[in-house]
Amino acid sequence: MPDTQALVNDFLNKLKKRKIEGSQATAKQTAELLRSVISQTRVPYTNQAAALIQSVKAVGEGLIAANPVELAVGNVVRRVLHIIREEDLSLTTAAMAGLNLSAVSDDEDDVGGDNQPVLSAAAIAAASRSTLRPPSLQTLLEDVPDSAAVPHTSSSGGDSEGKSKSADKSSRSRKLKHDVIEAVNELIQDINTCHEQIAEQAVENIHQNEVILTLGSSRTVLEFLCAAKEKKRSFRVFVAEGAPRYQGHLLAKELVTRGLQTTLITDSAVFAMISRVNMVIVGAHAVMANGGVIAPVGLNMVALAAQKHAVPFVVLAGSHKLCPLYPHHPEVLLNELRSPSELLDFGEFSDCLDFGSGIGAPLLHVVNPTFDYVPPKLVSLFITDTGGHNPSYIAEIYQLFVTSLRGEDMKFKSEIMKTNCVAGGNLVKS
Amino acid sequence: MKQPPQKKDGPPVASSVAASERGVDRPVEKERKKDLPPPRMQFDDESRVDKAKRRSLLNQPEARNRVELFRHLPPHKNGSQLPYLESKFFELHEMHPSVYKVGLQYLTGDTSGGNARCIAMLQAFQEAIRDYSTPPEKTLNRDLTSKIGGFVSFLIECRPLSMSMGNAIRFLKSRIARLPLTLSESEAKAALCSDIDRFINEKIVLADKVILRHAATKIRDGDVLLTYGSSCVVEMILLYAHEIGKQFRVVVVDSRPMLEGQKQLRRLVAKGLSCTYTQLNAISYVMHEVTRVFLGASSIFSNGTVYSRVGTASVAMVAHAFHVPVLVCCEAYKFHERVQLDSICFNELGDPDAVSKVPGREDVNYLDNLTDKQKENLQLLNLKYDATPSDYISVIVTDYGMIPPTSVPVIVREYRKEYLLI
Repeated sequence: MPDTQALVNDFLNKLKKRKIEGSQATAKQTAELLRSVISQTRVPYTNQAAALIQSVKAVGEGLIAANPVELAVGNVVRRVLHIIREEDLSLTTAAMAGLNLSAVSDDEDDVGGDNQPVLSAAAIAAASRSTLRPPSLQTLLEDVPDSAAVPHTSSSGGDSEGKSKSADKSSRSRKLKHDVIEAVNELIQDINTCHEQIAEQAVENIHQNEVILTLGSSRTVLEFLCAAKEKKRSFRVFVAEGAPRYQGHLLAKELVTRGLQTTLITDSAVFAMISRVNMVIVGAHAVMANGGVIAPVGLNMVALAAQKHAVPFVVLAGSHKLCPLYPHHPEVLLNELRSPSELLDFGEFSDCLDFGSGIGAPLLHVVNPTFDYVPPKLVSLFITDTGGHNPSYIAEIYQLFVTSLRGEDMKFKSEIMKTNCVAGGNLVKS
Repeated sequence: MKQPPQKKDGPPVASSVAASERGVDRPVEKERKKDLPPPRMQFDDESRVDKAKRRSLLNQPEARNRVELFRHLPPHKNGSQLPYLESKFFELHEMHPSVYKVGLQYLTGDTSGGNARCIAMLQAFQEAIRDYSTPPEKTLNRDLTSKIGGFVSFLIECRPLSMSMGNAIRFLKSRIARLPLTLSESEAKAALCSDIDRFINEKIVLADKVILRHAATKIRDGDVLLTYGSSCVVEMILLYAHEIGKQFRVVVVDSRPMLEGQKQLRRLVAKGLSCTYTQLNAISYVMHEVTRVFLGASSIFSNGTVYSRVGTASVAMVAHAFHVPVLVCCEAYKFHERVQLDSICFNELGDPDAVSKVPGREDVNYLDNLTDKQKENLQLLNLKYDATPSDYISVIVTDYGMIPPTSVPVIVREYRKEYLLI
């Protein structure tokens, strides 16, 4: 583990010092780090999923604490935990299906255990059903007891069946890690290709002779617009410069290099120009569970102007930016203040920073926030790598996602499980 | 008689002078036409642009990459014209030196702001009138009017007129036209100079004092007041309220490329006000704690639209979204009977290079060294003004009192005659 510890510390430092720019890079590096953590974790024979989850959680908490505003880190950690649970479940159901367990023997084994979830025929049936069918609300609610039940049932099942299973178990332990690492690789691949997948949807959303407005710079937006250009759509782009980082200048340069007609405007001119704009397309820093967007500063102003002029406000976000948390006071809690020197030159204004007068407190404060919160009612459409969604749909998919992955709620879930399995057992038996 | 090439300044005075010659029986259409705002110079019409170029004093460079939407507006003339104008000084024998000086100040941006420009122009005209002498065979009215017209067209070439200046010129021309013919030249000149003094005093200086008093009643202790850019009236209000002892905080919002807020910030902090400074993009962040927004205006149109520095509309919109009252402080002489729905029909274009260059920040000069191919596709737009819709404005503080935006055409109709008849 010393290797991973060094890697973890290195990454923690980078996060604390804000050396990594952009959620895609952060998400990718987090996933890669967790992959090495998983491969280095030594798993016991029993309850291996729990061990993996434990180690990932330990590292994940530290990463999230290093940069709480970078929500992509937390998203990736949660996705990896979900992957571990999913892989474990599918392995177990495959193993159980292969071993021809009888419902009766299992009930006898587990009836005495406290907090031991019941592995009934109904549960096996439900688990196998879930791997075969695409997830729906019903299966996800049924899945909850099973996914939490799996670590315990694997242990109880193993004990009761005796040594014939031990060979399967050790092969299964290696297989779990292997499967998890494969799935994490897929996740990294998804993160890498999110731009292409979003850009594929560009042609459906941009028609001829459109005028598009954007603010600041986002790689997703750049790829989106270039993809539309490739498909021979002709359109013009207004880029607002996005003070005080002036990333709009960068985006404008990129766009003109690729042959798009671009006009660079100042942020103050957005309201003046927006009446002549067909669509506003922007990137996001993070998308919250209620459909609200944490975006670069200035985008709330643009969204309000777009709403006033009935211009669609489209947000492009890779799925690593979708965060299952609800924003409380996002302007303050999910915001970072940058250096005032970007706004005022310290040398020029040194006389205003004089503490001497009156109450002895500085008369001049400078505020330079990095992010803005855009409420969901101002957003017309989200385009993610899975397609286009309404803001309220984002809220819905994350409700479902959240119920399926909260491992720390296991105690609460076990009560649900007992009632479910009893009812389910009656169904299957009859 | 030399017709001004750009008919931007007031109704065609020639017609009124000609009519007074003809006597009482004037066709009714001329009367109605006088009330309509005059047609403006069309910059997208090639033939007219060529005509204007031949008559113009400034060497207008071909503006590269003009934004399509704004082809109807004149391109910006920046300070690079200065040496050219200086060399032409001795050729401009019709130009009075004080008018020339004011024109140069406009061109370089030394004088900016509606009130300052208007006062500078009127004082220059006063000087010109004092030095004026009627040539033989000409009447004072018509000759002086045409001279003023010549001055105005020079000033327009340096920088397009602001609404306040347009109204002041209209006032002056109507005063000249109404001079009784029995006055001697020196009496007429003295009358005109005193009229100009009264205009400045009543319409600007005293009006500002009245506005101060009204607006200060709207400031309570513990308020957080937001102001945008640099408006002289708002600055006066804040300093006055601070003097009479109200406790409040100021948030100064600034924007590129002019960064006017920095100058105002310096003046406010020097007087001891506690200020917060931020850029326009952060307005949603600061608006949570703001209790009142004070804005200045270049003009207010008859449909209640406020024509002011670009970015004002965004500030008013965000304030409206956060339920913060917006008070616009504007003297009544700036009201105009024109109507405007958006910021594109009429505006002023600024220096496009000011958008691409960020002074003082070498790390963000991404747009230096562009290839020709890149430059071909890139256009830079620098707007100076924008139009704020009237639904974002809570109240307008003028020297006639505190009025809602819907009362602006009433003031224009009722009181326009009053000041023309001073």
